[in-house]
Amino acid sequence: MSESWLRILVVALLIGLVELMSRTGVIPLQVMIPPSQMVVELGWILASGEFANDIVLSFTNVAIAALLSVLIGFVAGLVIHSLPSLRDALEPLLASYYAIPTFVFYPIFITLFGVGSASIIAIAILLAVVSMITATLNGVDRIPRVLRKTAQVYRMPRLKTALLIELPAAAPYLFTGVKLSVAYAFIGVIASEFILSGAGIGYAIAYAYNNFENRHMYALMLLILVTVTIVNTALNHIDRRLQARRQR
Amino acid sequence: MSVAAAKVSVVSPTVSDSPAAVHARLRGVTRVFRLPKGELHALGPVDLDLGRGEFFSVVGPSGCGKSTLLDILAGLSRPQAGTAEFEGRSIQDVPDGVGVVFQEDASFPWLSVRDNVAFGLRRAGVDPAEIERRVDYAIGFMGLKDFASSYPVQLSGGMRQRVCIARTLVMQPRLILLDEPFGALDQQTRLLMGDELLRLWRETGATVLLITHALDEAAMLSDRVGVMSTRPGTFIDFVETGWERNRDSRVVSTPHFGDITARLWEKLRVEALKIMSSGKA
Repeated sequence: MSESWLRILVVALLIGLVELMSRTGVIPLQVMIPPSQMVVELGWILASGEFANDIVLSFTNVAIAALLSVLIGFVAGLVIHSLPSLRDALEPLLASYYAIPTFVFYPIFITLFGVGSASIIAIAILLAVVSMITATLNGVDRIPRVLRKTAQVYRMPRLKTALLIELPAAAPYLFTGVKLSVAYAFIGVIASEFILSGAGIGYAIAYAYNNFENRHMYALMLLILVTVTIVNTALNHIDRRLQARRQR
Repeated sequence: MSVAAAKVSVVSPTVSDSPAAVHARLRGVTRVFRLPKGELHALGPVDLDLGRGEFFSVVGPSGCGKSTLLDILAGLSRPQAGTAEFEGRSIQDVPDGVGVVFQEDASFPWLSVRDNVAFGLRRAGVDPAEIERRVDYAIGFMGLKDFASSYPVQLSGGMRQRVCIARTLVMQPRLILLDEPFGALDQQTRLLMGDELLRLWRETGATVLLITHALDEAAMLSDRVGVMSTRPGTFIDFVETGWERNRDSRVVSTPHFGDITARLWEKLRVEALKIMSSGKA
């Protein structure tokens, strides 16, 4: 049996076990509904469009936060790389960045941007951008010197060297940053919606939780899990293809 | 394998008094690197004439400035003093007609073998039909036909180096500079790659400058070998091998090959011992 089939089997068995436990009352329905009911409920939510606005808002915020994190992180990474003394100064901060609980800054963002998408996106960017900066620094550091010399031999101007040699050479490392930025953008947006929003999937989950609407709560949680899994699988697929060509 | 010259002869750095016979020329070339701890005099002063169509190798102890010499000829580095010329023109930047093969794997991992080989031609804006023709020839010449759609990661180190040589070959360089191109390969592959390099040299008529650590490689492949001193590197000997043009790796079994290698080692041993006694080895 291949590794991926084994993985699917383990997940299926765990889901089956939870299904059995909630159907037989081992897990009370007030605590968790059976997974099959989550799927039915999710189908109903998607078909009825009851949470359509929340779903669109959350995913739009995730997309904006991920895109801005990647762009800002990439440019910041290049700037930091080109200024060695700045890099020396920032290196300890970058290394310990994820020890900082980013969400403690939410009052500042509310003051700056008010309650709404702007604050949520700002927190998600704050969470995601450093992974892209670190990946950019790593990628640019690892471009083999011989490739730049090869570009010189072909008498390529600086911009073409950057686009045709340095960017593809650093791509596998940069993509690791993209992957992490997307993951952190999801975490940042959904978690922020719990505390500083009146809309979005995170808010809808919190609302359902506070009102004992377990069916809605689990269906929306399932929606996030399924979406994140699909996005991650697609990104991993691209990542594997890029990593497979990395040889040095 | 016949030998054109019965004995190993020592000659001056110049190949001929005729300017037409000189393809590349170095006069009083000196390179000093400025480091945080002070200056490092890496090379020179060096005088060298490369004859048109000559196969010239440079051997010398580690850190003697061999690669610096190649970088100056390639236009990748500029000397502090002296002049470097290619085809009668001063070398300011990478000159047109010069191809370089590096020791490190310089193939582009994101491109297939075919796209790797075509890379320089596409950058130079060569007609697509001409690119197709030249790439097909170079891929066939280097024995890469069955791997044209493969990516470098799928090839061995020797095959990847062939890709880099093919990428240089398609540009039809008149001067090919090779910086220890077989340094990372095993002995058998190196000998066979040497044969392919000789074939390329014969068919293209290009001038070749090979930097190498391997005395046997220099002795087998070259018309002339320059032996460099420890840093700052200068030429301390020039050895003419006297091989006929149509040679291959089978020359290693001749007594003459032993004579050349012994001559090279005699000079180089003194330099290598200097490094060992200074504790830099």
